[in-house]
Amino acid sequence: MSGGADLAIEVSGLHKRYGDNEAVAGVDLSVATGEVVAFLGPNGAGKTTTVEILEGLRTRTSGDVRVLGVDPAQATSAWKERIGVVLQGAKHEGDFTSSEILTMWSAYYRSPRATAEVLELVGLCEAAGTRTRRLSGGQQQRLAVALALVGDPELVFLDEPTTGFDPAARREAWQTIGGLRALGVTVMLTTHYMDEADVLADRIVVISRGRIVANGTAAELAAHAAMPSQISWDAAELSSDLLPRQLRDLLGADESCAPAESPDARAVPPARPTIATQDVDAVVRELLAAAGGAGTRLDSLAVRPPTLEDTYLALTGDESTAGESTAGEFTGGEFTGDIP
Amino acid sequence: MRVLRQLRSEASFNLLGFRRSPAATFFTVILPLIFLVIFTSIFGNEVVSSTGARVATLYVPGILALALVSANFMNAAIVTVIRRESGVLKAMRATPLPPWVYVGGQVAASLVLTAVMTALVIGIGWLGYGVDVQPGALPSLFITLVVGAAAFSALGLAITCICPSEQAAPAITNMCVLPLYFVSDVFIPSEGAPRWMTLIGDIFPIKHLALALGRTFDPFVEGVPWPVGRWLILGVWGLGGALVTVRYFRWTPRG
Repeated sequence: MSGGADLAIEVSGLHKRYGDNEAVAGVDLSVATGEVVAFLGPNGAGKTTTVEILEGLRTRTSGDVRVLGVDPAQATSAWKERIGVVLQGAKHEGDFTSSEILTMWSAYYRSPRATAEVLELVGLCEAAGTRTRRLSGGQQQRLAVALALVGDPELVFLDEPTTGFDPAARREAWQTIGGLRALGVTVMLTTHYMDEADVLADRIVVISRGRIVANGTAAELAAHAAMPSQISWDAAELSSDLLPRQLRDLLGADESCAPAESPDARAVPPARPTIATQDVDAVVRELLAAAGGAGTRLDSLAVRPPTLEDTYLALTGDESTAGESTAGEFTGGEFTGDIP
Repeated sequence: MRVLRQLRSEASFNLLGFRRSPAATFFTVILPLIFLVIFTSIFGNEVVSSTGARVATLYVPGILALALVSANFMNAAIVTVIRRESGVLKAMRATPLPPWVYVGGQVAASLVLTAVMTALVIGIGWLGYGVDVQPGALPSLFITLVVGAAAFSALGLAITCICPSEQAAPAITNMCVLPLYFVSDVFIPSEGAPRWMTLIGDIFPIKHLALALGRTFDPFVEGVPWPVGRWLILGVWGLGGALVTVRYFRWTPRG
């Protein structure tokens, strides 16, 4: 396989089949050294299957895979020294403390980081002596990241690091993961939260039904998904009757901009004509021209770019995950079972 | 040597986990000692031979077998299933630790437990109930303990292959050994039992462990006891356990 030392991960034509079910259906992917990449997709899209193949924990049906220049199916101890893995829903042995487990794991590596240093890196010093069964979800996750870091890896895999967390625990986990960037570690993170991918990653790779459907920054993904922006204004300032015909044809209702329904029937919400368009510049110019022609000001003009959720849902075409990307609820693991 | 350091580290953390688990400590350490006290209290401790041996001489090897099976088979199997189902073993597979070092660390911890229980049971038998170990029988005792520990460790790993969950592990392992204790000279001698009971005892390994240990203490044996046949049967069971483990052992949780 071509490519240089600057690629931490190279995948082409990756397939994984379980009986009749094709969990991964031809994935191509590359991650540069030092890059933080989010692997985004709904539950069951094939994220965990793909990542566990890259980690050497799962076999593949076909395709070429190089991780740090090595085929993970032929993983050696020397290769495992260079990667760190945080599995989905990682648990720990409840009868041990964080620092005991870290000490135990540091014996697995040739040149481990000091336990105290790793605890500091993930912000777990205050809980170092606590048995892990008494740690919060966020703390357990930070311990899992600490275990992945104890061998001083070049590449770290994080599989759904915040699924099932409350907002505070998510914030904690994000801080810890953000800290990996400062260490110069290459990070591949799977998530089904668009906001998480946007906050943490340099680049987002979207997978849906076993296939890569988009690849880029959050803004690039929005452009790729061809999501329109919503332009709205107050009808009291410019009645839609006064619009030129080509704008009137674009008019639609933007419910998301309407104020919440008031129990007071007399407080009728001001009508807000709305235009959904990808050509924001042209529409705004025409609106301002129309307002100028009518001798009125358009102080209420608002432009709302497509939200991350709009983009995500358009890209994955999966309505069932609507609202999930902000709710932060546990919605069950994705298909990870090995069918014999 | 790095591997030796890893083995020592694994073994000592396994022992620490054992000490912190009330269930493991009770079933492996406390319960056998309670049985020893109960049996000698119920059945008395008369002198039964011209050499001055007492009844407790018959209980000590049975209790020792109980402790060995508990430490090497029950405990190792339950801990392994808990680690597997919580994903700890899977995460470990992504580290450079060689799988055999993980297994070796667990076996080493079981061996330490076996040694401690041997010292406790023999010590209490000797101090409390006048049970003597003939010095000449010590090499035989040592070989029986090592062969038994190895065989039951292998069987402990093998039994994890049919334990679907951590809740099922204690039930399945107990189901395997509890009925066998009654036909395997652990609690009561199998002499005079119905034919089918002695046959079951003869097939499975616990009876051979108990009787091989018993030879070490048996006041009626002349010279040095070498229960080679029983070691071989234990070895065959251990080998079978190892083969099942190699073929069917899972590192990943179910589902």
